[in-house]
Amino acid sequence: MSQTVTVTVDGEEITTEAGRTVAAALMLAAQRPAWRRTRFDHDRRGLFCGIGVCFDCLVTVNGEPALRACLIPAEEGMVIETSERGARGE
Amino acid sequence: MSERRCDVVVVGAGPAGLAAAVQASRAGAQVLLIDQSIRPGGQFWRHAAEEHDADPGRWHHGWSTYTALASELQAAVDAGDVEYLCGHHVVTAQQISPAQQIGSAQLQLTIQPVPELAAGARGLMTVRAPAVVLCPGAYDRQLPVPGWTLPGVMAAGGIQAFIKTQGVAPGRRAVLAGTGPFLLSAAASVLQAGGEVAAVCEAANLTGWVPRGAAAALVPSKGAEGAEYIRLLAKHRVPYLRRTAVTAIHGEHRAEAVTLSRLDSNGAVIEGKQRYLDDVDLVGLGWGFVPQSELVVQCGARTRVDVDGSLIGVVDVHQRSSVEGLYLAGEITGVAGATAAVVEGRIAGRAAAREAGYTTGGARQLAAAQRDKVLRVNHRAFAQAMHRAHPLPEGWESWMQQDTVVCRCEEVPYQRLKEAAQTLSAQEPRGLKGTTRTGMGWCQGRMCGTAASCVARRSGAEGAEESAVAVAKRPLAAPVRLADLAERDPSA
Ligand SMILES: Cc1cc2nc3c(=O)[nH]c(=O)nc-3n(C[C@H](O)[C@H](O)[C@H](O)COP(=O)(O)OP(=O)(O)OC[C@H]3O[C@@H](n4cnc5c(N)ncnc54)[C@H](O)[C@@H]3O)c2cc1C
Ligand code: FES
Repeated sequence: MSQTVTVTVDGEEITTEAGRTVAAALMLAAQRPAWRRTRFDHDRRGLFCGIGVCFDCLVTVNGEPALRACLIPAEEGMVIETSERGARGE
Repeated sequence: MSERRCDVVVVGAGPAGLAAAVQASRAGAQVLLIDQSIRPGGQFWRHAAEEHDADPGRWHHGWSTYTALASELQAAVDAGDVEYLCGHHVVTAQQISPAQQIGSAQLQLTIQPVPELAAGARGLMTVRAPAVVLCPGAYDRQLPVPGWTLPGVMAAGGIQAFIKTQGVAPGRRAVLAGTGPFLLSAAASVLQAGGEVAAVCEAANLTGWVPRGAAAALVPSKGAEGAEYIRLLAKHRVPYLRRTAVTAIHGEHRAEAVTLSRLDSNGAVIEGKQRYLDDVDLVGLGWGFVPQSELVVQCGARTRVDVDGSLIGVVDVHQRSSVEGLYLAGEITGVAGATAAVVEGRIAGRAAAREAGYTTGGARQLAAAQRDKVLRVNHRAFAQAMHRAHPLPEGWESWMQQDTVVCRCEEVPYQRLKEAAQTLSAQEPRGLKGTTRTGMGWCQGRMCGTAASCVARRSGAEGAEESAVAVAKRPLAAPVRLADLAERDPSA
């Protein structure tokens, strides 16, 4: 079984350990503490409740919007889009 | 829309639900166990897949209890006695009116695959059964604080969940703050995962805990677990600061520092007793837990406000609610932790099976049931004492700024909420919802509910219970997409 998983985050390829959630992949492999911007204040948000109740961590996965990154297992080839494109390294 | 039938439906595969399903199946009932997670275990025994963590037990207490329950469950699944439907959430629960009753089914649930775990098929299903055991558990209770929307600020339970499934901490140097013994267990996990803990801030005084030591004696395992955390914290020289809260979180794009404040006996900030703590990239907040009571409220079962302010389902000694065929176990009957949840789950599982026509009568079973009755009482006494020792600080609003966001989803600042509460006839959270959109966003008030109902109660005349019920009244226990609702068969 493969020990790593490669996904695309906002067009960029990221390799993460197998068994990560999408949220953990964003934080640990893509080094992004936040990946969503709020509607009104354009505030940065990432993981908060960690268990699927707060909806702060929403991402688009394989074209499907508004999914909770804390609940999705990262899978090979997944295309992840965030509302904070290009914010890496800030 | 497909429809299933069985003797007992158990909602939630945490400590309570696992125990209930196993017990009902032992009695001979055909069981359907539903949980929204990928794996069983609930919040307490949350773990990674076997192929990614060879030793999940290292993160847990009572892991052998889990493995025993999980293997018995698996055996029952293999034998066809239990159907375990993971990755599905229950969106509605209701009583079946006598006119619509077919056979012995008394309750009806609507369930749906969790969108995050099921690409494609999302059709709703209906399940009817003579007995249902609800074990939906709880989520972290939150109070807002300036800066709590910054990335790097998480629910204390969220940190715990992250570590248990990912094997690493979601930050390098953490501060845990709020109230309750759970902060210690979250701090211990951060240390165990190789992170640093700069401080654990406990808002309560805890001197009140001492006279209640008798309650700890009722549940010796709790005392031992607590002592273990204290030892670990001492070993790592982690300060455990009482009557202290994180009253501001600072940072440009993420959490970088916190302000710690001493609290007076009313839980309000003492001016001049502040400390700035630098180099912090992870802040874990937790003020106890909120039971997920929406399904209980939907069924129309009797509820009440517990000593910790939570809305809980009222049950008798058999975990039976006020609604025919509806049983409740675990945090939903009062936040008391995993060991208590297992005991209640067993009691509810037996009783639900009996309701569906399966009786167990052996001497050993009777003795076990008798033991559980005693354990249940002891755990409840312990929980009540714990809640009294860790109250929500009455004075928490003293650390709010006008622009501090209360409702994270709809981005409602404190000032707007307060003005609405004072001027409009918005004297309970439902009224505040309409005027400020507080609690109307994605999370449906799960994050801001405690704060919003507190503000509303202080400005108006709403009772604690009315206010708590208003927060828990959600037509759906989980968001359902319009397209999926349209798929629903209107005749069902
Ligand atoms: C994030 C978090 C972390 C925690 N970590 C710890 C810890 O480390 N140590 C500790 O002592 N306590 C912890 N707790 C406290 C916890 O509440 C108890 O320890 C214990 O898990 C309670 O058991 P339970 O069976 O009542 O509920 P839970 O363990 O919460 O189990 C409930 C289950 O029901 C499922 N569920 C809920 N609603 C639905 C629905 N509508 N449809 C389908 N499934 C549903 C949930 O997915 C969950 O698996 C934690 C709580 C939280 C919220
Ligand atoms: S972090 Fe709360 S829903 Fe994902």
